[in-house]
Amino acid sequence: MSDYILEMNNISKEFTGVKALSDVSFKVKRGEIHCLVGENGAGKSTLMKVLSGVYPYGTYKGDIVYNGEVQTFGKISDSVKAGIVIIYQELALFPDLSVYENIFVGNEVKRGAFVDWNQTIVQAKEMLKKVKLNVNPETPVKNLGVGKQQLVEIAKALSKDVKLLILDEPTAALNENDSENLLELLRELKNQGITCIMISHKLKEVISIADKATVLRDGKTICTLDAAKGEISESVIIKNMVGRDIEDIYPKRTNKQFGDKILEIKDWSAYDPQAGRNVVSGVNLHVKKGEIVGIAGLMGSGRTELALSIFGNPRSYKLKGDLFVDGSPVTFKHTSDAIEAGIAYVTEDRKGDGLFLIQDIKSNITAANLQGISSRGWVNDNEEVKVANEYKQSLYVKAPSVEQIVGKLSGGNQQKVSLGKWLFVGPKLLILDEPTRGIDVGAKFEIYSIMNKLISEGLSIIMISSELGEVLGMSDRIYVMAEGKLKGELPAEEADQEKIMQFATQ
Amino acid sequence: MTVFNEARTLIKENIRDVFNEARTLIKENIRDYGMYIALFVIMLTFSIMTDGLFMSSRNISNLLDQMGFIAVLAVGMTLVIVIRHIDLSVGFAAGFLGAIAAILLTQAGVPFYLTIPIILVLGVVAGMFNGVLVASVGIPSFVASLAGMLIFRGALLRVTEGSGTIIVKDNHFNAIGNGYIPAIAKVGGLSLLSLILGGVAILLYIYSEMSNRRNKLKYQFEVVSIPIFTLKILFVSAIIAYITWIIAGYNGFSWTVIIVMAVVVIYHFLTTKTVLGRQIYAVGSNPEAAHLSGINVKKITYIVFGSMGMLSALSGILYTARLHSATTTAGTLFELDAIAAAYVGGVSAAGGVGKVTGSIIGALVMTSLSSGMNLLGVGISYQYMIRGGVLAAAVIFDVMTRKKRG
Repeated sequence: MSDYILEMNNISKEFTGVKALSDVSFKVKRGEIHCLVGENGAGKSTLMKVLSGVYPYGTYKGDIVYNGEVQTFGKISDSVKAGIVIIYQELALFPDLSVYENIFVGNEVKRGAFVDWNQTIVQAKEMLKKVKLNVNPETPVKNLGVGKQQLVEIAKALSKDVKLLILDEPTAALNENDSENLLELLRELKNQGITCIMISHKLKEVISIADKATVLRDGKTICTLDAAKGEISESVIIKNMVGRDIEDIYPKRTNKQFGDKILEIKDWSAYDPQAGRNVVSGVNLHVKKGEIVGIAGLMGSGRTELALSIFGNPRSYKLKGDLFVDGSPVTFKHTSDAIEAGIAYVTEDRKGDGLFLIQDIKSNITAANLQGISSRGWVNDNEEVKVANEYKQSLYVKAPSVEQIVGKLSGGNQQKVSLGKWLFVGPKLLILDEPTRGIDVGAKFEIYSIMNKLISEGLSIIMISSELGEVLGMSDRIYVMAEGKLKGELPAEEADQEKIMQFATQ
Repeated sequence: MTVFNEARTLIKENIRDVFNEARTLIKENIRDYGMYIALFVIMLTFSIMTDGLFMSSRNISNLLDQMGFIAVLAVGMTLVIVIRHIDLSVGFAAGFLGAIAAILLTQAGVPFYLTIPIILVLGVVAGMFNGVLVASVGIPSFVASLAGMLIFRGALLRVTEGSGTIIVKDNHFNAIGNGYIPAIAKVGGLSLLSLILGGVAILLYIYSEMSNRRNKLKYQFEVVSIPIFTLKILFVSAIIAYITWIIAGYNGFSWTVIIVMAVVVIYHFLTTKTVLGRQIYAVGSNPEAAHLSGINVKKITYIVFGSMGMLSALSGILYTARLHSATTTAGTLFELDAIAAAYVGGVSAAGGVGKVTGSIIGALVMTSLSSGMNLLGVGISYQYMIRGGVLAAAVIFDVMTRKKRG
């Protein structure tokens, strides 16, 4: 048998006129962890969909050689039968079903025509042990955190006797702890002989885990780097991904000037009646004009909850404490009050509660400020197109026109539209929640540049982020949250990763 | 000779350009035009099969009048479905409110001009009640309105069980369902006022298209070429003129048609041109994002259900006036006809998509089918099956075209 478990040779795939993949070759050795990197739209996901049979044999050109044989997968179940399992970024679990039901869904343990539930539970426990997940298999999946759900997905893959495991951005939604656990698990699976392909945007992870890394750009293979030869480093990967050097991922701002406090909260607490606990408790913080304030912390530390409790309280928490905008006390009854006071909140979940995916770019950009394109309740369609075009240009949104449906844009462009929507409101304070999650390096750099430009125009920014590099690179001042409380405050000059993590894990 | 040839190729090329532009326009908007094409095909088929009887003045006038009470419901239902809800109570709400109208007019002696606004306000209140259950209490609209349906059905039986059918003798009121606008004079057997109305409609249409184009040019946006623009205006004007001519040939426009058209025009502008309309579609396409964008989702839900209630009341008035009476079974299955019309008209069950004009075309398709099949003497059993098939076909078409775009 050959050294390679998988050889994809000269794969080309076209979508009505657009070449998504052209002549891509991709080889994976048995038992290695092979990372697939590239900007959004570079063709990583398409390549994996070709491999798994989402795009069946015949709709692409080229050969897939798996275990030494040319494969002709017609549907996903064919590739699963061959031992190839993909775990997507958006997990495919059933939240209301239990852990064991999820692990064996579509692959039920049967006795005769009936499902053998007892045997299912026994086997599920075995799988859970393999992925080091210590939960009761009868727990509904929705009660687990994202990190644990990810492990359930892997257990599910193991139950199908996986030989080649493909993970599409597995750590995108995980905090640092869970990410580290996951990577550790992948190393262990490798020792058990499972080959792994991982798509990731987080270069640090790639560096720490990859045996090989293949870079795709514009639907072509650029290079395959070998860790054993010391070829994998952040700068080399980035250079190959974007096709140019990036001097600094975080563009520097010159002449920093801070004004008066634009927002301040004192003894701020938010009680969530559904969770039955305080999601934010006793927080004091302020933001000055012209400042980027970073809020670091692990997932579930209450950062998003804090932002929402300030931004008109859409989740109806019971609030305590005082909120000041420009030095005067205010209460917001609805998000519209917060918007009117000059606060904008760009959500962490742009697909879930940020954008109107079935609507076009222009409707999304004007959605939070319809007054701005209307008089006496009548919308001026032409004015709307004009406004949308202005933001499309100034935010470098790549789309054929502002009539493009937002659901079809790439993550980076969606994020820019989401940003455009809030800039059109004309805010004084912009709250960015995970502003660069799931978007590629090039678009990240553009978002950072836009942030700097906004600051120079007199805005203030609160940036919530799980990426420590981003928090350290962009912020003037950093707050660290854990368990709904502020655990520390650091000026940018004094902050480093260790100090932040210390506060975050207190 | 060469000059002549050159001119000929030039004209040929121009025609080809226009043709190509028209083709791309139709291709890109097939989802919007599909329903119009279907309606045209249905009408043409029935006309041929009935030797022109289907498109006769009398039949078309009757068809439009028959459609009235479902059409206004379909308009309201469009918005309800757009914001991802459903209202099953509208049929019996219409029946009940129609009966209340009859009682006010006959037993209470309330004059006609007071009865109408009272009933409409009652409709708004009933709709708002659904809105509160759905938006504030958080009951799924299917369940809340199912409860409403049972309650209104009972209420209708309660108010009519003593007297049975309540006959309305108020001529003004009955004219809403059966009367026609005065002709003033007859021109070659055609109603003059109706002709004038048709003419005004054409002028308004041309004016709005021209000012629209002017505004776009002022913003230096792309517009369709002059030949296509002229063709479109001529085409639509011809259709309005043809319909007017047909209707003027019978008794002219009925009050029902005038009311339905007013409702459609108002709701069309409300949904496409106003901030409120945009907010309704925003709530429909993503309620959480709408809330975070400062849109009051609860308020929008109240408004949409309130408007649905008002249109149910209007539907009840139209139906009672058409029958000259309130019956114990008035309103049965109206809600399903309205929902079917909306779906046939391209409203998406997933929310956020659907036009008022589409739903009216949907209602027209369904009514045309019934009317045509009645003329042909198709049995009622087959009629239901065929209408069911058309509903399924419309939704399949909708799903397919959306997939193609996606």
